[in-house]
Amino acid sequence: MAKLAKISLSSKEGDEFRKQLSKVLDYIGELKEVDTSDQEPTSQTTGLENVFRIDEIKTSGCLSQQETLSGTDKTRNGYFVVDAVLENKDL
Amino acid sequence: MNIPLTIKDTQEGLKKKKYSTVELVDAYLGNISKSDKDINSFITVSDEVAYAQAKKADRLILDYGDKAFEDYPLLGVTVAHKDLFLTKGVRTTAGSKVLESYIPPYSATVVEKLETAGCIMLGKTNCDAWAHGSSGENSDYGATKNPWNKKYVPGGSSSGSAAAIAANFSLITTGTDTCGSIRVPANYSYSYGLKPTYGAVSRYGVVAMASSLDTVGYFARTSDDVTNVFKVTKGEDGKDATCKNIKKEDWENVKSRMRIGILSDFFKDGLDKNVEKTMSDAIKIFKDEGIELVDVSLPYSKYAVSVYYIIQPAEVSSNLSRYDGIRYGASRDSFGDEAKRRIMLGTYVLSSGYYDAYYLRAMKIRSKIIEDLNKVFDKVDVIIAPVAPTAPFILGEKVDNPLKMYLTDIFAATANLSGIPALAVPFGFSKECLPLGFQLMGPRFSENTLFSLAKLFEKATNYKPKVAKL
Repeated sequence: MAKLAKISLSSKEGDEFRKQLSKVLDYIGELKEVDTSDQEPTSQTTGLENVFRIDEIKTSGCLSQQETLSGTDKTRNGYFVVDAVLENKDL
Repeated sequence: MNIPLTIKDTQEGLKKKKYSTVELVDAYLGNISKSDKDINSFITVSDEVAYAQAKKADRLILDYGDKAFEDYPLLGVTVAHKDLFLTKGVRTTAGSKVLESYIPPYSATVVEKLETAGCIMLGKTNCDAWAHGSSGENSDYGATKNPWNKKYVPGGSSSGSAAAIAANFSLITTGTDTCGSIRVPANYSYSYGLKPTYGAVSRYGVVAMASSLDTVGYFARTSDDVTNVFKVTKGEDGKDATCKNIKKEDWENVKSRMRIGILSDFFKDGLDKNVEKTMSDAIKIFKDEGIELVDVSLPYSKYAVSVYYIIQPAEVSSNLSRYDGIRYGASRDSFGDEAKRRIMLGTYVLSSGYYDAYYLRAMKIRSKIIEDLNKVFDKVDVIIAPVAPTAPFILGEKVDNPLKMYLTDIFAATANLSGIPALAVPFGFSKECLPLGFQLMGPRFSENTLFSLAKLFEKATNYKPKVAKL
């Protein structure tokens, strides 16, 4: 799970979390006793559907390139620098 | 100077030139620098911004006199924002080391609306990292202490915002409530805490925790103050698509004769003695005011915490996936224990093979909880309930037992899962001089009904705002 979520855990953390989360899973297991057949799920409570706005550019809501890059020191030529994702550089 | 405790008194003093806005800021910052090292309610104090805004306010008062207060309804009102609210040019950490040096290039809608209304920003308040917690102890910047007794927690996750109200460090503060994160600390700090209807207040520019549950709200010391702050900040901004305006009839439709529902199932398992007595005293006061009391039942709400601890971590694992350390912030190694736990739990309940058993099932029971509530609101206008199962608890008491900590939110979860508004009302103190109170919950967009009931209760009890002696 930690790998899937891209977080690193030490073996001590892993053991501790396993114990703590097992307790939580045991607790939320109580939901198994509820009959949910024929029940629609709720993912949001607003009742809103398809909220539209006029398709026009509002520059007040846009960040400049400089502002966008202001959160990191790792920039080059006005771009973010990211780790390489391809292993073979020659490809 | 003696700092006034309400918006009305603060503005009266400004109108009568008893003090200037700059002198008010001096007094608040003086309190913070003298006493906050023991409370730890602020992560960042923004004195430069505060003085600039105060000077602007004083200029407006000088130029326009009393009329300035009509154009700027919160002129001279000091505010401190939970450090989840983006503030342009002022560091915003979300209580996490991941954002330790993050300076946002824009402000949250609520921050902007309060500034436009004349508020003075004093700084950013401490909170559980990413708002994950019920006690304030999960902050990467150290736990906040309860100003009423520093051995106790102030409640969380909006711990610093609540403590700042109790310690007289600010006139109002902002918070977020995903499962009691405003109401529990308000209850533990002798403050009003409003969790508005889901969709009543824009969340644009507020660090997201669980998007189908997150709401933005406030702490203040009177029902009038919390009403005025809500009026200024509610409504569509075109940036949060879940946000909609309250219909005029919903706002104005406050009945003169009301019925309050008492939740028999919330009391079934036996409440803490302090909480039980507060509830029965409060109910009696409403009864003496001629309000009809009706026993009601929400049978599926007993599952609310379990449903919450599936839906919330699921949404947390998704929302926190954006913190990749590339565009801003530090790397994912900087997440604290609680964030890691929730990311793991959320990833688990969403993973294929477990999705139906956990996430889908939780969403279906969420529907049942909402159906229960709809039935109850056919019979009553408002429900009264405890905010938390106990009075404030001692620092450290629950930190090693996440499940026990999660159960602090047992009375809070129903309002978030169903999107209804809830108002925490301060009422009385325990034998240990710790604050107590209760919450009022109403149907969606019934905020004004909650405010009017709170006001009635204030009058009936001759309520006076109080702050802790430090």
